[in-house]
Amino acid sequence: MKNSPLSRRLISAPYLIWAAIFIVVPLIFVVYYSLIDANGAFTWENIKAIPDYSDIMLNSIWLGFVATIISLLISYPLAYIMARATKNVQRTMMMLVMLPMWMNLLIRTYSLMILLQDTGIINALLGALHLSNLHMINTRGAVILGMVYNYIPYMILPLYSIMSKMDYGLIEAAHDLGANKLTVLRKIILPLSMPGIASGFTMVFVPSVSTFYISKKLGGSTFALIGDLIEIQFKSANNYNLGASLSLVLMVLILISIAIMNHFTGDDDDGGVLI
Amino acid sequence: MKTKLSPASKLYIALILIFLYAPILVMIVFSFNGSNSTSVIHGFSTRWYLSLLHDEGTIKALGNTLLLAVTSSLCATVMGTAAAVGIDKFKSKWLKRTTMTVTNIPMMNPEIVTGISMMLLFVFAAGLVGKTDVLGFGTMLIAHITFNLPYVILSVLPKLRQMDPHLPEAAMDLGCTPLQAFFKVTLPSISTGIVSGLMMSFTLSLDDFVISYFTQGPSFETLPIRIFSMTKKRVKPDMYALSTLIFVTILLLLVLLNITQIRGERRERNKLGKGGAA
Repeated sequence: MKNSPLSRRLISAPYLIWAAIFIVVPLIFVVYYSLIDANGAFTWENIKAIPDYSDIMLNSIWLGFVATIISLLISYPLAYIMARATKNVQRTMMMLVMLPMWMNLLIRTYSLMILLQDTGIINALLGALHLSNLHMINTRGAVILGMVYNYIPYMILPLYSIMSKMDYGLIEAAHDLGANKLTVLRKIILPLSMPGIASGFTMVFVPSVSTFYISKKLGGSTFALIGDLIEIQFKSANNYNLGASLSLVLMVLILISIAIMNHFTGDDDDGGVLI
Repeated sequence: MKTKLSPASKLYIALILIFLYAPILVMIVFSFNGSNSTSVIHGFSTRWYLSLLHDEGTIKALGNTLLLAVTSSLCATVMGTAAAVGIDKFKSKWLKRTTMTVTNIPMMNPEIVTGISMMLLFVFAAGLVGKTDVLGFGTMLIAHITFNLPYVILSVLPKLRQMDPHLPEAAMDLGCTPLQAFFKVTLPSISTGIVSGLMMSFTLSLDDFVISYFTQGPSFETLPIRIFSMTKKRVKPDMYALSTLIFVTILLLLVLLNITQIRGERRERNKLGKGGAA
């Protein structure tokens, strides 16, 4: 009897060792590689090089932020509609929202590219309606659209899950007490759905800022984001040290934005990241 | 108060669904295209599906993907469940917090950072033993297990918390060994958490591109990696045929899952109804 709690704690040992070797140590390696040169000698050069890329970084953050806000604005009413619908509608909608998520991101992005091409379907439709063609591919807008398209389910799901648990009696009570729709939204629905907004925000913002495939396919070669920059260092330029320092910066930026987000909502130690 | 959808709500839902499904629809339509154009339709044909059948590289990649997803999700589920059981019993607050923080890292970190951090570890380790071609199935398996583990732990832990802690103790008082108590009492009550962790790991692993991309070697190609190298050039419609097949498989699985769920709920309700009548 007495030793059973100890043995129960001990069975987590393999994981603790695994996590130390494959989660913690690799991050130390990122720091280590960013502080050495190709010959392994200590240097600040990689860190000093970072300001050269500040434009690309700011651009990545900005595009990621815009995509996240657009996703939030689109998803919020949808999540609310879903949460108040009948059980069958809720179930079907959940399925329809999740289904594209399980398609490979590369394929979805590629199909989007086909749609947006100058000779693509959208322009063919516009032509058939005798409207002038739109140049969409290789623009900022196309990259943002790609981010929204790929990651919007990650915004819808946490919002829906929090809104379906909301006490709608409160809304009715507020209406009875004379609050108009805007007041109800501002004073009741928004505060209650804040945790959902926070997790949706991080779940869309993090992959958007760090993407490299979406920008490559929809933004063309002129449109590099920080993810592209890192990918190039590791896959073609073979400058692991610069790549490591760029990754370090990306990681710090993301951690700061998550911390800011948690500050707004009051964080929980359970890691309520999942839906 | 559940309400019927207003016309405005219906329109809104329809617009979002069009947005979500237009690219997928395009892909399905072009997978049946008679020519290899991805902008003009030239009649109906199934030739891309046939050419897919003869594409050994893609079929091999599909097998590799499944192999990797099955092994990595099973390993992650076993290790993760054990970890959750242990973490649940940690007495020191500090140890618990630190462990949970570390567990959250792979979920919070951008995938590209997780990918390159592991790549650096593997390259460094390979340098120590003087090998150059260390990247391959082994490194990908380690990477996949690592990013699956947090999902397993976070779906099992809440179930352990919901469980009555006295149940295993009672079982042991009644003569079970701790091991028997675990398998007969604890395991069944956390099984839904374990299954959802396993399912999540499996699908995450199937679909992963970024982390695989940085930990992969030429000897072992998965489907997402193959799709990536194919989309570098102009894509042939057989890629669309493959994606359509994947889409239909997932759709069928989801529908099946939903039906079983609805049936289960109905059975539950019937049981309750009968109980109330009696």
